[in-house]
Amino acid sequence: MNWDVETLSRIQFAFTIMFHYIFPPFSIGMGLLLVIFESLYLITRKAIYEKITRFWIKIFAANFAVGVASGIVMEFEFGTNWATYSRFVGDIFGSPLAAEGIFAFFLESGFLAILLFGWNRVKPGMHLFATIMVALGSILSGFWIVVANSWQQTPVAFEIVEDFGIRRAVITDFWEMVFNPSAMVRFSHVIVGAFIQGAFLVMSVGAYYILKKKHLEFAKISFSIALMVAAMGSLAQPLIGHTHAQVVEKYQPAKLAAFEGLYETQKNAPLYIIGWTDPVTQETTGLAIPGMLSYLVHGTFEGEVKGLKEFPKEDWPPVKGVFQSYHLMVALGMFFIALTLFSLFMLWRGKLFEMTWLLKLYLPAVALPVIANQLGWISAERGRQPWIVQGLLRTSEGISKSITSEEVMISLVLFMIVYTLLFFVWLYVLDREIKHGPDHLQVIEAGFKKRSEKMDVIKTN
Amino acid sequence: MDYNIIWYILVGVLLIGYAILDGFDLGVGILHLFSKGDYNRRILMNSIGPVWDGNEVWLITAGGALFAAFPNVYATAFSSFYLPFMLLLIALIFRAVSIEFRSKEKSTRWRSFWDKGFSIGSILAALLFGLAIGNVVMGFAIGDDMEYQGNVFDLLNPYALTAGIFALSMFALHGAIYLNMKTEGELQLQVQKWIKVAYWIFVPLFVVFSLLTLYLKPEMIANFSFGMIDLPGNKHALIEKHEVLISIFAWTVVALNILAIANIPRTLHKGSYGWTFISSASMIAAVVMLFALGIFPNMMISNLDPGFNLDIYNASSSPYTLRTMAILAAFGLPFVTSYTIIIYWTYRGKVKLDEMSY
Repeated sequence: MNWDVETLSRIQFAFTIMFHYIFPPFSIGMGLLLVIFESLYLITRKAIYEKITRFWIKIFAANFAVGVASGIVMEFEFGTNWATYSRFVGDIFGSPLAAEGIFAFFLESGFLAILLFGWNRVKPGMHLFATIMVALGSILSGFWIVVANSWQQTPVAFEIVEDFGIRRAVITDFWEMVFNPSAMVRFSHVIVGAFIQGAFLVMSVGAYYILKKKHLEFAKISFSIALMVAAMGSLAQPLIGHTHAQVVEKYQPAKLAAFEGLYETQKNAPLYIIGWTDPVTQETTGLAIPGMLSYLVHGTFEGEVKGLKEFPKEDWPPVKGVFQSYHLMVALGMFFIALTLFSLFMLWRGKLFEMTWLLKLYLPAVALPVIANQLGWISAERGRQPWIVQGLLRTSEGISKSITSEEVMISLVLFMIVYTLLFFVWLYVLDREIKHGPDHLQVIEAGFKKRSEKMDVIKTN
Repeated sequence: MDYNIIWYILVGVLLIGYAILDGFDLGVGILHLFSKGDYNRRILMNSIGPVWDGNEVWLITAGGALFAAFPNVYATAFSSFYLPFMLLLIALIFRAVSIEFRSKEKSTRWRSFWDKGFSIGSILAALLFGLAIGNVVMGFAIGDDMEYQGNVFDLLNPYALTAGIFALSMFALHGAIYLNMKTEGELQLQVQKWIKVAYWIFVPLFVVFSLLTLYLKPEMIANFSFGMIDLPGNKHALIEKHEVLISIFAWTVVALNILAIANIPRTLHKGSYGWTFISSASMIAAVVMLFALGIFPNMMISNLDPGFNLDIYNASSSPYTLRTMAILAAFGLPFVTSYTIIIYWTYRGKVKLDEMSY
């Protein structure tokens, strides 16, 4: 591999965004669950719901902090590593980022202060309102980010101009740019993916308590509610994904062909369940449903789907990786449907919490939606290669001209060290919080105010 | 007045908001290791607990606004300032997670590790912000293609380093003044001693830094000079037309800056601590405004040729985007202001630790 600025910058971007992307989906998913838990508390006024809400807020906070901290990097990396890209798209890509700041981050961070520290300061109704605003803020933030990214995938509402010797794209219609053809479907896909990820975290921890026979009421209620969210999300996802694939077919046919390892343009194109594709021999083998891809895209088996050979080879995405990440994501999605529907059925039969093997399955299962969401991101972004903006600007043309590979290497190593440390600390803190479990409310009331603690400390000068 | 000027002002407002708000929480971090004992350190961290995240959003939004309104400045600035900026990001990450993680464990080693993370992260961030501003004044080696031609060592010039130390002292002072409002008892007495020390470090640095700026970059006061100093390169029509008015405004800011600095010991002595904070906030606002007035209409100065400067026209987005985004900002900013006020109002008064505290 050639360790030039482009390669290193791509590795750095992939590394920093994949690390970052562990956290926001948890925040979005748990945000929704917090709203549900706290609403139930306000409706029923049962102490158990207060306990549930307060515990999950703590987990939410640890996760949120790492998400925010690693998110700042993302916003500035466009300028540091992808300056030429930033000049090209500043008009367009910068606008949703600015909108995210104004409309999402302020909302989220402002009300987070009340969500985290406000229990004794504001009335319960106001606290619930703050929780809703934080959840809404995190969803809006996802919206603006997906809008920015979607424009890269399906650029519309722009014209190319040349100002001061720099070629760039400028917006011709702001709202048409915002609601570009892939924006809403990708947004739904991402948000529902986040709901599933958050719900699986709650279920994993709930299953752990049930297996340990601790905090049983707490765990069972948390688990059941999260299960319903996960099941609904899992069921919605293939429908959204289906619409999404049609958009990809229309605007990024090379990406769709790479998803399915389709080399020849054909009618009756197959859909692979599992398979192997080799771009050198241009063959895809595996278990396929004949004609299904044509049917899904066009509603008829006779529909023609474009193959990779329609495009010059230098415009092909990295087929092998894209094919596998896409298929693994789909497989995981199918598994979520099977798992959650079966669990719901068992919950309805009243047997779920006795099925030790199933609960044990949920312990590590929290990693699966994280993996699925990451794979989705990989499929979408690598599927767009070699373009940084589909059909307009190549990734190789987007890099900063004034940075050196040594500089990028230094920053990449720094990020790797810091993020590895953070990741393990995050896991450790989460593990501690989970082992500690929800507080009894009397303990909560007593608080920390120990006189002795105050005495030992003030050593002025 | 066109949208380019409006966006120059808007980005300026966001940066002033950031410098004032994150200024005090960076300041709290800078002073953190000077406080002794777990209880005091928790008080310090919790004084900014509910607000630090929101304060940082001002930076994120300023970054987004710069990207949207002046993409060439965004691109040139961050790619020129690459390594220092990466260090800044890591410093900000470290201090953010330090706040969250510090009190999750009882162990002294754990807490002292995150205390250091919080403090060193804050110190580094303050220094690097100063370094960045210093380089904006000194100019970057920007070529005719808007690309930086220098290297990382050019960024470590004496003026920029002075600016870094100046920023460090300013934020430390501001942080101490904030803590004075949030603490009580012996800790507060200690904080008041910090204010005095920080103040007497800051004031000489302020004088040195101002003189150094005038000596090295006399053109920084071209816009203040009633037309007596000619700016090399581009002078904005707005300034040519309203030379007198703008110069009077600029000197008013200078006067307010000095009054604000003088007002710090006066209000502290009188015990009106809220006013001390307002004074130091005004001082920071004035410092940022003086820089903005000094370089206007430029945003990044090329030390190779004034013709290569990035100004509010050659570095901006299209007029359509500037207008659309200005309308969006006009909708959004009242909301932002109201959440900020609600949050600060909710958490007014002295810091009390409870079960939800860090």
